[in-house]
Amino acid sequence: MAGHFSFEPEDTINAFITVCKDPEYGPGPLSGNAVAVKDNISTAGIQTTAGSCILKGYYPPFDAHVVSLLKKAGAAIVGKTNMDEFGMGTSTENSAFGPTLNPHDRKRVPGGSSGGSAAAIAAGMVRMALGSDTGGSIRCPAAFCGIVGLKPTYGRVSRYGLIAYANSLEQIGPMGKTVGEVSDLMGIISAYDPRDATTIDKPYDHVPSAGVQGLRVGVPEEFFGSGVDPGVAAKVWEAIEVLEGMGAEIITCNMPSMKFALAAYYVTCMSEASSNLARFDGVRYGPPVDTKMQWHEAYQERRRESFGKEVRRRIMLGTFALSSGYYGRYYAKAQSARQQVKNDFMRLFNDVDVLAGPTMPTIAFRLGEKADPLSMYLSDILTVPANLAGVPAISVPCGTVQDMPVGLQIMGKPFADEVVVDAAYTYEQGVKA
Amino acid sequence: MTMISQKDVEHIAELSDIGIVREELDEFTVQANKILDYFDILDLVEGGSGYVQERFNVLRDDIPVPSLSREDALKNAGATEDGFFKAPRVM
Amino acid sequence: MESPDAIAISRERPGLPVETAEAGKNPAELVMQKDCGPGPEDEPVIGLEVHCQLDTTTKLFCPCSTDYRNDGPNTHTCPICLGLPGSLPGVNRKAIEFALRVAKALNCEVLEESVFSRKNYFYPDLDKAFQISQYDKPLAAGGYLTIDGDNGEKRIRITRVHIEEDPGRLVHKGGTDRARYSLVDYNRAGIPLIEIVTEPDLRSPKEARKFLNKLRATLEYLSVFDSEKEGSLRVDANISVQPKGWFDTHHKSFKGRNRVEVKNISSYKGVEKALTFEITRQKNMIRKSQPIEQATRHFVETRGITTAGRSKEEEQDYRYFPEPDLCPLRVRPWVQHIELPELPDARKARFVEQYGCSQNHAKTLTGELKLATFYEAVASASDPVLAATWIADTLLGELNYRDMSISKVDHSHMADLVTLVAGKKITDKNAIEVLRVLLDEIAENKPVEMPRAIATRLDLGVTAGGLVSEAIAGVIRENPQAVGDYRAGKSGAFMFLVGQVMKKTRGKADPGELNRELKSALEKEGSQE
Repeated sequence: MAGHFSFEPEDTINAFITVCKDPEYGPGPLSGNAVAVKDNISTAGIQTTAGSCILKGYYPPFDAHVVSLLKKAGAAIVGKTNMDEFGMGTSTENSAFGPTLNPHDRKRVPGGSSGGSAAAIAAGMVRMALGSDTGGSIRCPAAFCGIVGLKPTYGRVSRYGLIAYANSLEQIGPMGKTVGEVSDLMGIISAYDPRDATTIDKPYDHVPSAGVQGLRVGVPEEFFGSGVDPGVAAKVWEAIEVLEGMGAEIITCNMPSMKFALAAYYVTCMSEASSNLARFDGVRYGPPVDTKMQWHEAYQERRRESFGKEVRRRIMLGTFALSSGYYGRYYAKAQSARQQVKNDFMRLFNDVDVLAGPTMPTIAFRLGEKADPLSMYLSDILTVPANLAGVPAISVPCGTVQDMPVGLQIMGKPFADEVVVDAAYTYEQGVKA
Repeated sequence: MTMISQKDVEHIAELSDIGIVREELDEFTVQANKILDYFDILDLVEGGSGYVQERFNVLRDDIPVPSLSREDALKNAGATEDGFFKAPRVM
Repeated sequence: MESPDAIAISRERPGLPVETAEAGKNPAELVMQKDCGPGPEDEPVIGLEVHCQLDTTTKLFCPCSTDYRNDGPNTHTCPICLGLPGSLPGVNRKAIEFALRVAKALNCEVLEESVFSRKNYFYPDLDKAFQISQYDKPLAAGGYLTIDGDNGEKRIRITRVHIEEDPGRLVHKGGTDRARYSLVDYNRAGIPLIEIVTEPDLRSPKEARKFLNKLRATLEYLSVFDSEKEGSLRVDANISVQPKGWFDTHHKSFKGRNRVEVKNISSYKGVEKALTFEITRQKNMIRKSQPIEQATRHFVETRGITTAGRSKEEEQDYRYFPEPDLCPLRVRPWVQHIELPELPDARKARFVEQYGCSQNHAKTLTGELKLATFYEAVASASDPVLAATWIADTLLGELNYRDMSISKVDHSHMADLVTLVAGKKITDKNAIEVLRVLLDEIAENKPVEMPRAIATRLDLGVTAGGLVSEAIAGVIRENPQAVGDYRAGKSGAFMFLVGQVMKKTRGKADPGELNRELKSALEKEGSQE
């Protein structure tokens, strides 16, 4: 079954940067299904901006691996969704194309950086979308918008075609209205790609099954620290108790390395980003640079004009963290801290099957509320550990606080994405019943 | 405790070839110091050999694949001449 | 020698250590120290960083074809080597194998674990604004290459061998000095390079040239490198002038005599020129008691000089960190399975033994792989010793003069020529003539004839014996005065008669035979009187 999909959403929340009005679709397991793609994932012949002015008018000559897989599965790619510039943000307020609004409350952020994808699903424009998650960028908007989002195990989904922000931390992942749809989408996008040397050939071929009898659920104390809003904490505990009622064993535990996690995350991602974003010089792509100027002048002007403040801040701090005399103190230490986080996870996974807790410490905050960068960074505290360790993590909606969605986060061992999905599915089915 | 001055921020901007406007300098310096202050926690991390890599020797065979056509290669360029990309001169 | 697994953790590139305390001192103070003055036995101290393109089919990190030289700009690119956002590198196995061959041939230790690192800097020819290279964990370290030094055989120590990608190529519009803008071609971006760094063991420009020649030949023999490809080898040199023996004892620069890096040398001849110029420049400064600061200079090939580049204060901070898109290499176990082919020194010894040619000829003939192969083909089809002489002494000179590669010459033609000479069918002088005609035919893209055909056509072959006797008889008859002079013992008479016979035979008589026959004919004549 092939054909054209007609897509004319009323996008009053600015979820899309580019809309494809009548995309083609083909036969396959996703035939005729509309899928939105975050705008940092390359789509041949469709503008791909990464939410930045510096890529306005960039039309990639190739598809990301996951996009070819979507097309092969017959999906209709209906548009490119809004995001924090280059993935740098937790609210989609850092987009060069204006913020996306949370469909549940238009005065609040949808979360970030995959805010456009999450909002589009929450608003009913599409049922499935691709996002990317470097420090929580799929799970945060999923939690804030009340939808499902999975960050796969690092290395399970090809990054070929994903505009790099922090290579050692990020994964493309599925977002959807339900766990089942997220699982279907994961099955499509996880086919092995030899072009990405960090991927492992372990395709995800799974139909979610409900049942947590005997599942050992670890709950680290650090996940319910003082920074977590009490209303959110209570809602998430309720969800954990639902799992307990269905036969799971709840075990409280500790993750001492949590105290380093956020610093390790930001040093790593800023350092890698400072290197990844240096290529945008206006010569091969992006708005043209003035060839009458001198190279360094032209390059600096282009970057000053076309990168937002947050991007420039992270580039500078990342450069600093890698620079001579500081590398040992920042970048090298951050990698050691990462290993400690990973060791902590693996130690816990000796005694538990999954870890659970809130996805975000609060409900979606108001637009403009977190003007101070550091306060914004602190919201990532619960999501970054999974990126540092490369483990799978899902956010599934578990009720509301002040009418705003709250997300339950479940994390698992490397390559146990199926276990994580099943736990989330069980919860979802459990509360439905 | 790492304290960086405005001069340091200017130097970092120079090193990253990033371009920072005078008006932003003050704000950037204050925020950078706050953030670096937070990063100080890493000083408590003991030694360590970094993040352990678990995979090695991921290699590709020496078999050619057709390149992009020149047209596609130059498609997104701001300026081209005789099949070359045009770039500002380096002093 | 440092353990290979503890290489260069410092942020400086390996090279001559520097008296950093001196660099900040007032030049006037330094002038006052009389030990800064020139010494009668100052010697250059030279280290080299050599970049060679590996001759793989595809680029280092992408599957674009490496055969770009005959094609227009930007026709051998893909998202990876263009640095399009979202592209990811994939390591070419063959490049690693080639590099390991080199490491083994240079007697290096291959590191247990070797890592790719990003070298970050901003330049239009660098498509990603970083070069994927290797920093603190290169492929191999701690080897050596033996050369004929200025004072006998000498081992030049190899500090490290690593792999990295070539950047693109910049063409400056409006000349290099006042370019209006630049044009960039990324065909070359991503070509695999091997970087070989030596310890500062070289003590003269000549030794540097010898090292490069030996290195080049070794790489050719390993079939990993094609020296005829333009730009396939580039050299940076580190050079200082030290009091004789100082560096060997102290392993650091003398006060005020810091090392200078000379970049951008892209030919073998250029290396000797650049170093000679730089040594002279430094010696002049020393003579004037001016301290030499650590600096980078550029070699301008067309003018044979070095010009000032960055000073030490502006030295680049490349912010190296491990390439997160690639996995480390653990390829030490591969080394034992690498069978090295016969290398230049072994081949040289074999030539002497198997073909009986002289040491010198063997050295020349094994100096280039194509030449060695050519020689063996000719030697097996003609007289090996004569072939050695004719190729090493004559053919090479003629090729040099014409700027022609040996690969243009058919070895069977050469064998034919050598056979003619060996069989005395042609004089040496005329053989050279035939050779020149042959090479001209090649140069002018005309159909190339066999030497014996050329000799016949141009009547350059040795006259049959009878014709020589006839000519001698004729000359004796026609020149009674000279014959008389000869008998009277006048020295020039014999040579005059030889000349006459040559004229009569139009140079086709074999000189040795001619001499003998003429002498005996004159004696016979005399005895008949």
